[in-house]
Amino acid sequence: MGLALLLVIWLITFISTFIFLAKIWWLPTGASAAAAGIDHHFTITFILMGIVFVAAQVFLGLFVWKYREQNSSRKALYTHGNNTMEIAWTVLTAVLFIGLNWASKPLWASERFDPAKSGAVQVEVTGMQFQWYFRYPGPDGKFGATKPELIDPSAGGESAVGLDPADPASKDDVVTGTMYVPVNREVEVILRAHDVIHSFFIPSMRFKQDAVPGLAIHMHFTPIATGDYEIACAELCGLGHYKMHGMLKVVSQKEYDKWLAAREAEKQ
Amino acid sequence: MATGEFAGHIPHAHAAPQSFIRKWVFSLDHKVIGLQYYFLALTAVFVGMFLSLLMRIHLVWPGVSLPLIGDIKPETYLSLLTMHGTIMVFFVLTTAPQGGFGNYFLPIQIGAADMAFPVLNMLSFWVTFVAFLVLIAAFFVAGGAPLHGWTGYPPLSALQSAGPGEGLGADLWVISIALFCIGALMSALNFITTTLDMRAKGMSMMRMPLTCWAWFITAILGLLAFGVLFSAGILLLLDRNAGTSFFVPLVTVNGTMAAHKGGSPLLWQHLFWFFGHPEVYIAILPAMGLCSQLVSVFSRKPIFGYKAMVYAMLSIGILGFMVWGHHMFMSGISPYTAFGMSVMTMAIGVPSAIKTFNWIGTLWGGKIRFTPPMLFAIGFVSLFVTGGISGPFLAQPVLDIPLHETFFVIAHFHLIMGVASIFGIFAATYYWFPKMFGRMMNERMARLHFWFSFVGTYAIFMPMHYTGMAALLRRYSQYTELAYMHSLAPLNKFITYAAFITIAGQFIFLFNLFWSMKRGEKANDNPWEATTLEWTTATPPPHDNFGGLTPVVYNGPYEYSVPGAPQDYLMQTDAATKAVGH
Repeated sequence: MGLALLLVIWLITFISTFIFLAKIWWLPTGASAAAAGIDHHFTITFILMGIVFVAAQVFLGLFVWKYREQNSSRKALYTHGNNTMEIAWTVLTAVLFIGLNWASKPLWASERFDPAKSGAVQVEVTGMQFQWYFRYPGPDGKFGATKPELIDPSAGGESAVGLDPADPASKDDVVTGTMYVPVNREVEVILRAHDVIHSFFIPSMRFKQDAVPGLAIHMHFTPIATGDYEIACAELCGLGHYKMHGMLKVVSQKEYDKWLAAREAEKQ
Repeated sequence: MATGEFAGHIPHAHAAPQSFIRKWVFSLDHKVIGLQYYFLALTAVFVGMFLSLLMRIHLVWPGVSLPLIGDIKPETYLSLLTMHGTIMVFFVLTTAPQGGFGNYFLPIQIGAADMAFPVLNMLSFWVTFVAFLVLIAAFFVAGGAPLHGWTGYPPLSALQSAGPGEGLGADLWVISIALFCIGALMSALNFITTTLDMRAKGMSMMRMPLTCWAWFITAILGLLAFGVLFSAGILLLLDRNAGTSFFVPLVTVNGTMAAHKGGSPLLWQHLFWFFGHPEVYIAILPAMGLCSQLVSVFSRKPIFGYKAMVYAMLSIGILGFMVWGHHMFMSGISPYTAFGMSVMTMAIGVPSAIKTFNWIGTLWGGKIRFTPPMLFAIGFVSLFVTGGISGPFLAQPVLDIPLHETFFVIAHFHLIMGVASIFGIFAATYYWFPKMFGRMMNERMARLHFWFSFVGTYAIFMPMHYTGMAALLRRYSQYTELAYMHSLAPLNKFITYAAFITIAGQFIFLFNLFWSMKRGEKANDNPWEATTLEWTTATPPPHDNFGGLTPVVYNGPYEYSVPGAPQDYLMQTDAATKAVGH
């Protein structure tokens, strides 16, 4: 029985570790400025925790086999523990865990403590059951007012976010169902939700943030590769949660300008 | 083998009941109440497991119509996961280890005749029982069970218009949880008082078995956590039915403005997780205590670092109240708060690691007997390590960005709080069954059950780490809509097959349990050659546990292989040889 346990514990450990190491499944390909740093920290955490995982399982398997009861007259060790060892592994794990966390602080700070730089592309993202809407402030650089009583999701577009046509600043606002942004420019996202909590998740951008009714949450990210990236909702929002998705299109500055101008033209 | 010295007769607080109703239904006897909790949890775990199987089937064969349920609509799937989570967390993981085994064995292990408040004990069970019925009723009302997940985040959980199941079903869900909190609070008071006031002569705190420490600390956590959840539940009920706006700001659902304004959805999350994180430890601490006990008993060795184990559990209890924000890194809380919570979360990994090292240290140099409870204790340690190791990923907010709300989280908490704790329940069942029913459970069936459960658990939850890294999101009723999820279908299928096999294996346990009650080999009073007080009394224990006597304790709980002792263990009541330590 001891040998069976050793074999099974070791097999599970080695096979699952191998699948991790072979990266058969891994984080989605990163396409934002922050992705490399986050992925690097993930890898460091993975290596350190992987060592702890393998070591603990290997010793567990080894000990249950080696110290199984046999017919010999060997007596079990009579010991109540060892304070030096207790102190040693307490300090070591404390240093490891808290050190690891401390190393991630600059990354977290750049993601969340620091606001978007001036000159960032502003996009207001609004979540509602079960659709994302994206609003651009237009040439005036100002978002027009919205009013909850004007919200009409069935009408889509501007009405879906409740844009108030009476506000001059709203005249040039563009509301779309697909998010366009220029590559290599910081994007400032202003997250809102109309009904319940949603979560704006772009796996390739390493971007996730809840959109909470009553709050306007300012976030930022910088896409560094052009392409189409799927947007998901990552907070349970009702029966259509699984199909609440959207598309982020990262294009060149030129294409972006052209696209925005065309939307403005459609509006007039 | 009622060995040892006794301090004399103490009259029991209540006489042994004669009628069936007073003996088995409205019983004041902690042992009967323990069994009632246990069988409630057993019923609940099979219901919860069945729901999870339906979910797994729907995820890989979305078009298939299911028995009892029919076609699975997206809202049906969400109500399955809501009910699965609620049933498992409250009525299994909180109910069996603490209400079941804690009730049965805490008084006996500390040498008391009963819990401090037998009537309160009876009430706490029956309130919990009613809570379970109320929850199950949600399946059968108009609109069905709620779809807001076991965490019930408002506004989704606060607005009838937010989806099917958010009507009466959601009200029943909140009421059930509030009732459960009342039961848990009464029970917590009882456990704390019993531990502090009812210990036998010589049973100092530092001579208590680690199981008792675990139940004691769990009760303190329960006392502090369930009160908060209860209040939050009442506020949510008011938001839903009395027009208040604690949790709901001005919202517009599908073009209609709701009659709320000014509330904070994040307030619920704070209150919920102030309960919810300690709840994780409420579920796992009893299993930790039990596995410490079993690793020592079946290695025939004193536990490695008894004091370190006690201090580790105490620090887990204290730190457990300072980490709730790690569930909310992506919720919109201050990023500074998030980082602070993250540091505390990493810190709580330290006592958890200490416990693991001490379990492995106990095995080292032991003489291990592979009894069924020991197999599950070893399995527990392995699962605890695996589930624990993903903690430091999720505890770091930067890594939570890609991982939050993915299957990586599902893998993490199912391994460490779900299955590890359930392994504790299995281990406890195999270990204490002879004392509770006077017979041994069948060992061959138990071994088979162990291999199904151990390998099966890994087969189900290990792949979820992979799908989680690949950003597969939880609480999706189908993976058809987002292209990047399509490639994960084979892995999802594998998980479902593994679930089928693992669940099939659980029927071996169920059969063994009832078969052994009638047919199991007769057990003597101390079949495992263990030292703690429950093994000094008759089997099953008499109404007042020690037959009118109260034991006197001379030794610590884990005196195995004591040099110079006649046997390889010293009962806690053995006065002959003074053991060193403690």
